[in-house]
Amino acid sequence: MARFPFSAIVGQDEMKQALLIAAVDPAIGGVMVFGDRGTGKSTAARALASLLPPIMAADGCPYGASKEDQARYPEVCGRGKLVKRPVPFVDMPLGATEDRVIGSLDLERALRSGEKAFEPGLLAKAHRGFLYIDEINLLEDHLVDLLLDVAASGENVVEREGLSVRHPAKFVLIGSGNPEEGELRPQLLDRFGLSVEVRTPKDIETRIAIMKLVAENEADPEGFAARWAGADETILGRVAKGKARLPKLTPGEDVLRDAAELCLAVGADGLRGELTLMRAARALAALEGAKKVGRKHLVAIAPLALRHRLRRDVLDETGSTVRITRAIAELFG
Amino acid sequence: MTSPDPADPLEDAVLAAQLFVLAPATFKGLTLRGHSPAREALVAALAEAMPLRRLPGHVDDERLLGGIDLAASLSAGQPVRQTGLIEEARGGALVAGMAERMDAGIAGRLAQALDEGGTALVLLDDAAEDGEAPPASLTERLAFACDLTRSRRWQGVTLAPPAGALATVAPLGDDALRALAAAAEALEVDALRALILAGEAARGLAALEGRAAAGKDDLAGAVRLVLAPRATRLPPQEAAAPPPDGPPPDGPPPEGSSDDQSDSDQQQQPEPDLSEILVAAAKAAIPAGLLEQLAAGKAPRRAQGNGTGQKRKAATRGKPLGARPGMPRGGHKLALIDSLRAAVPWQAVRRREQGGDAGSPIIMRKEDLRIRRFEARSQRVTIFAVDASGSAAAARLAEAKGAVELMLGQAYVTRSQVALVAFRGTSAELLLPPTRSLTRARRTLAELPGGGGTPLALGLGAAREVAEAVIAKGLSAALVILTDGRANIAADGWPGRPQAARDAEAAAKAIAARQIDALVVDISARPGPEGAALAQALGGRFLALPRADARMLKQAIDAVQPLGKAA
Repeated sequence: MARFPFSAIVGQDEMKQALLIAAVDPAIGGVMVFGDRGTGKSTAARALASLLPPIMAADGCPYGASKEDQARYPEVCGRGKLVKRPVPFVDMPLGATEDRVIGSLDLERALRSGEKAFEPGLLAKAHRGFLYIDEINLLEDHLVDLLLDVAASGENVVEREGLSVRHPAKFVLIGSGNPEEGELRPQLLDRFGLSVEVRTPKDIETRIAIMKLVAENEADPEGFAARWAGADETILGRVAKGKARLPKLTPGEDVLRDAAELCLAVGADGLRGELTLMRAARALAALEGAKKVGRKHLVAIAPLALRHRLRRDVLDETGSTVRITRAIAELFG
Repeated sequence: MTSPDPADPLEDAVLAAQLFVLAPATFKGLTLRGHSPAREALVAALAEAMPLRRLPGHVDDERLLGGIDLAASLSAGQPVRQTGLIEEARGGALVAGMAERMDAGIAGRLAQALDEGGTALVLLDDAAEDGEAPPASLTERLAFACDLTRSRRWQGVTLAPPAGALATVAPLGDDALRALAAAAEALEVDALRALILAGEAARGLAALEGRAAAGKDDLAGAVRLVLAPRATRLPPQEAAAPPPDGPPPDGPPPEGSSDDQSDSDQQQQPEPDLSEILVAAAKAAIPAGLLEQLAAGKAPRRAQGNGTGQKRKAATRGKPLGARPGMPRGGHKLALIDSLRAAVPWQAVRRREQGGDAGSPIIMRKEDLRIRRFEARSQRVTIFAVDASGSAAAARLAEAKGAVELMLGQAYVTRSQVALVAFRGTSAELLLPPTRSLTRARRTLAELPGGGGTPLALGLGAAREVAEAVIAKGLSAALVILTDGRANIAADGWPGRPQAARDAEAAAKAIAARQIDALVVDISARPGPEGAALAQALGGRFLALPRADARMLKQAIDAVQPLGKAA
């Protein structure tokens, strides 16, 4: 099925921005999307993948190995020629078994030739791309732990069923879920670089606009995609330029100080908040084509980078976003 | 609000089925509630119209998605692939019986398949209890939901072969879209997906009638079929829109308005009229049970939002988690199939090593053994029964709320659950079914009003029911009762202290008989003997907290440790 064009998604600007930032700098560490059902979370996440510039990967390699991967993991990634392939986007279902996620013994080959071979799982597929988990808050704990471990180390180590395999698995984790149906563990939440809150658009005009676009897409998916291809192309160009610009941008002393002060003021735990804030501000600057990282980038991205890291005060009704904007107003005027 | 002689629910269900047959890829399927002859007849009629495949509740991943057929591979000595049910049902639909018990993992797979397209689903929902519902991730994707519990018909159910096609109907105009959006707003249906499905349903109804554009009746039908079952509130009593001369809410029910002149002048319909007609149509079509709930001011968010959450609890009831390598001892059970599966690939190698022939039995080794794992954590659910009566409440209720929130904050870390029962006036109600969600709990607590008499017996009874339900699910329950113990409303809702006290004692003894851990926290300003007496009857502990704030209260509860056991 043709994916809904990214640029045709109405509203949800915060979410789109977060996804683009993660695309520019995958090191930011994933995006968590909170929101109700049927608000287009999955649509936006899936649309992003088809938007991204293709990657160069070893031909026929199940891991989509890059040149560096081939050097680091010669035994699994081989020496295949590099060819263009689309950025992988893996949709991990809630009921996925451990076997399917990390990979397992290739039963077919084992049965046919008695050969002990590794059948790569979803983690391998997601390497250098996106791993999308809908309803991540309902995922089994042991799978969550496993994902965290791999996401943090960037490689998947399999020691089971007589197999011993190590392969690269760097991916941007995109999770979505409705907090009313179960909270996410704080440890997992903290691993996400950015978090966004998606609300159903309540404004009737927006809703009508969305209905029209969806109906157009249903009636003629190809024509619809063609009509939006230009707009998608523009975004792709921005992402590609942003990626190229990223290494040249180094946040100045003043921005670093701002980030530290802000984190202190809102009481974000740990260093991860500061680091993510800094990285996200840089990625935003790169995406916007700015010459240097400024305070405005920091301020713009702070709610996304910090709101899920504030220590929860159950007696405080104020939302995290409000606390952050208040702190920004106090600190930077 | 419903018309005096409502049409049989089967009629709409047949209409929904017609639409589904017309465009399975668009509508994705339907949820049919209630075990009745009508439902069987409808499913049989559906089977005539399109291929149906039964989806058993215990289906495993391999069968669902396809994979290696273990038994066939073993006998053939080479891998034999089998296609999955999802693949096999392409072009038709999967029928899932007892959908309310469906495992969240299977629901996740199906939801993904629905999103990818090509798969359609008929959910048969036999939920009997309040908390049960098919997974929300699925019901929300399926266009239609019909409740056939009260249907009295079953004969003559046939689905005409689809006439026309969705593509022949023009896209909805702005007026129609706006009217649908307004109807959705009036019913507080937030999900955009529902709105989009309603639009397609309107076009589908037009296609069934052979019309080139969707008219007023089609829109009304779409609202009735798609939006009304998803309503989370009653449409506002015409106060929202200034009604100039539109029909009052008791105007013609949708069935009655199907006179033929309407489709000729649909374009000239004044616009406010259309939205109003749609809202009226929706109002007439909201299922009866839902209507009662909505009228009582309880948005059925629970029923909708809680689907998957409930399933999660089912998972703790001893749902297998899949096998792990290990030795079957110390209470672990051998997972035979998984062990075999682990051993099979090696047979060729091992036979070669040991010189056995193809006829020799399977050679198992220790590392092949797999053990079954279950969701082992016996989770604890702390049930708070909060006395929100006038005598106890006022100042103390706020503290009780604070303490519950603090406990919940802790539950959030230890992943245990909290439920909340409140009693005041002449009733007790479960405000918060066992949950882990801070967001929901906080909202519920904020809305808890105070004042009225003290129906202690009712409160205890309600708490016991929650506790029993929790225990039945294999979890452990603990009660924390925050009250002043001064019961003045008897179990039958009539005022009178002596009877109320007797009833309360009886209710307390019933809890004691079930051996449920209980803690009584006396929250009155001057603790009397009643609280202690209650604790004694409960066989539980007693704590007098005349002057404590929320934090002290929580510390005290922690110290008495009715909750610490499971941690």
